Amino acid sequence: MMEPTAYLLLSGILFGIGVAGVVARKNALIILMSVEIMLNAVNVAFIAVGSHLGDPTGSIFAFMVMTVAAAEAAVGLAILIAIYRLKETIDITELSVLKW
Amino acid sequence: MTPIAIDASAMMQGLYCILPEILIVATALFVLFVDLILPEENRRILCGVSIIGVALSLFTVFAMGPGKISGFSGAVVHDGLGAFFEIVILSACALTLLMATGYSEWEGTHKGEFYSLLLLSTSGMMFMAKGTDLMTIFLGLETLSIPIYVLVGFHRHRMSSVEGALKYFLLGAFASGFLLYGIALMYAATGTTKIAQMVPMLYDARLAASPVFLAGVGLLLVGFAFKVSLVPFHMWTPDAYEGAPTVVTAFMSAAVKAAAFAALIRVLLLTLGGLQPVLWKVLWVLSVLTMTVGNLSALVQNNVKRMLAYSSIAHAGYILVGMVSGDVLGGQASLFYLLVYAFMNIGAFGVVMLIAQKEDEGYDIDNLAGIGFKYPALAGLLTLFLVSLGGIPPTAGFVGKFYLFSAAIKHGYIWLAVIGVLNSAASIYYYLRIVVYMYFLPAKGEVPVPRPPRIAFSLALCASASVVLVLGIVPSSVLEFAERSVLSLLM
Repeated sequence: MMEPTAYLLLSGILFGIGVAGVVARKNALIILMSVEIMLNAVNVAFIAVGSHLGDPTGSIFAFMVMTVAAAEAAVGLAILIAIYRLKETIDITELSVLKW
Repeated sequence: MTPIAIDASAMMQGLYCILPEILIVATALFVLFVDLILPEENRRILCGVSIIGVALSLFTVFAMGPGKISGFSGAVVHDGLGAFFEIVILSACALTLLMATGYSEWEGTHKGEFYSLLLLSTSGMMFMAKGTDLMTIFLGLETLSIPIYVLVGFHRHRMSSVEGALKYFLLGAFASGFLLYGIALMYAATGTTKIAQMVPMLYDARLAASPVFLAGVGLLLVGFAFKVSLVPFHMWTPDAYEGAPTVVTAFMSAAVKAAAFAALIRVLLLTLGGLQPVLWKVLWVLSVLTMTVGNLSALVQNNVKRMLAYSSIAHAGYILVGMVSGDVLGGQASLFYLLVYAFMNIGAFGVVMLIAQKEDEGYDIDNLAGIGFKYPALAGLLTLFLVSLGGIPPTAGFVGKFYLFSAAIKHGYIWLAVIGVLNSAASIYYYLRIVVYMYFLPAKGEVPVPRPPRIAFSLALCASASVVLVLGIVPSSVLEFAERSVLSLLM
């Protein structure tokens, strides 16, 4: 069995890409995609550690994360559509009804 | 392949352990079903059905008592702490539903999905309060959050509502990413996601100093900090609170906070023994920042809903004071304050909801001018809730703050207590500003006519007011209950 260090490094890099995407991008759809990358980075870590330890918890957790990610994507896209219908844009810098 | 044997008695015990949650979920599904076959004009029944479901579940919690029942191989446990928070969360849900009877009529939220989302979110909160496995806590958190994202954006033709929902959703999903990565790193370091199995490992100095584990704890803390809106992770709070339908705001501010703090208290109190030397500094800084930034931002708000949002951030800071000391006394104070806070904050939102004629502009502070002597009952109730939020005796808010700060002093965190007291003195300014507007300023033009409260609505307000007053005068029995709940966790 291979040491999980390499996989953990991969998941760390993926997670970093996701965080960078959320912080830097202005398009709400891209931000949503970046969040999904973060969640998949977590899945990589869980599955690698679980298979290294021979413990099913890691794989089960990855399934739970996928389920939650699907539910979140459904709700997120619905909110995006509602925004688009009202404003014809999903650029988050244009959203400024609420401030201070 | 041999079939896996199912232990029937363990299964039954597991189901018994989550009976209150089962009742809530069943009610949510029933409401959705009834909504399909009910004619449009009879939708008001749905709210009644939901209230009955919540009452049944609350009764079950009382009937099960504070004894420890663990189920599903230790993934959930019904213990004193779980029971305490279930009572807080279910009471908050019941008050919200009582207020929703009136609110839904004015704002057109008499819809099956509104109530079933509210109930499903409640069930997630209850699981979060009872979870002893990080997996259960995570799933509870998501079951709580996803319906709340929808509820915040429920007025989908109002820009502020949808905008609040989007901001809450994006930051909430971002925060769950952090929380999950924290759990993954903790799993990598310890090889388990069960809190009970993790605790003895924490006394091993090598683990407690390992960077992977510490990074995991840090990320987990960031995830929780987002959910309870601690500064600097609070950016979503004012927007989501202002944009959401006001009943949902009241529910979020009380119940979501209670559920997230329940999980945080369980994790922190159990793990603090091993991590105390590092963790208390972090919590100290978070608590001071949260109190100060929350109160200073609330000072300059002219929208009452937004002001109460910042005040709820500040209150998260007060509650964290009890957790810095990380023992029974502090935990007990935090629990008591969460209970009191639920009632006084929902009460305050309830009165404001009646006075404001419409969402968005209705919550301007100028709107309150001249209300005081024209509608003495409403103004008196709002004054009571605000005085309690400010922490002035003889209200429950004062007792709560007193115990929080005295727990900090007993453990030698004198400066924390001093900063806390200074903060609550500053907060009195903006709470009393509303009172001054109501009683001493003449109205510009017509005094707005508050909506006539329905019986259920008045019942909710009276219940909150009496809890705030009674716990302010005789808090001892609830304090004992809180103490027993914390002790049940440590034993």
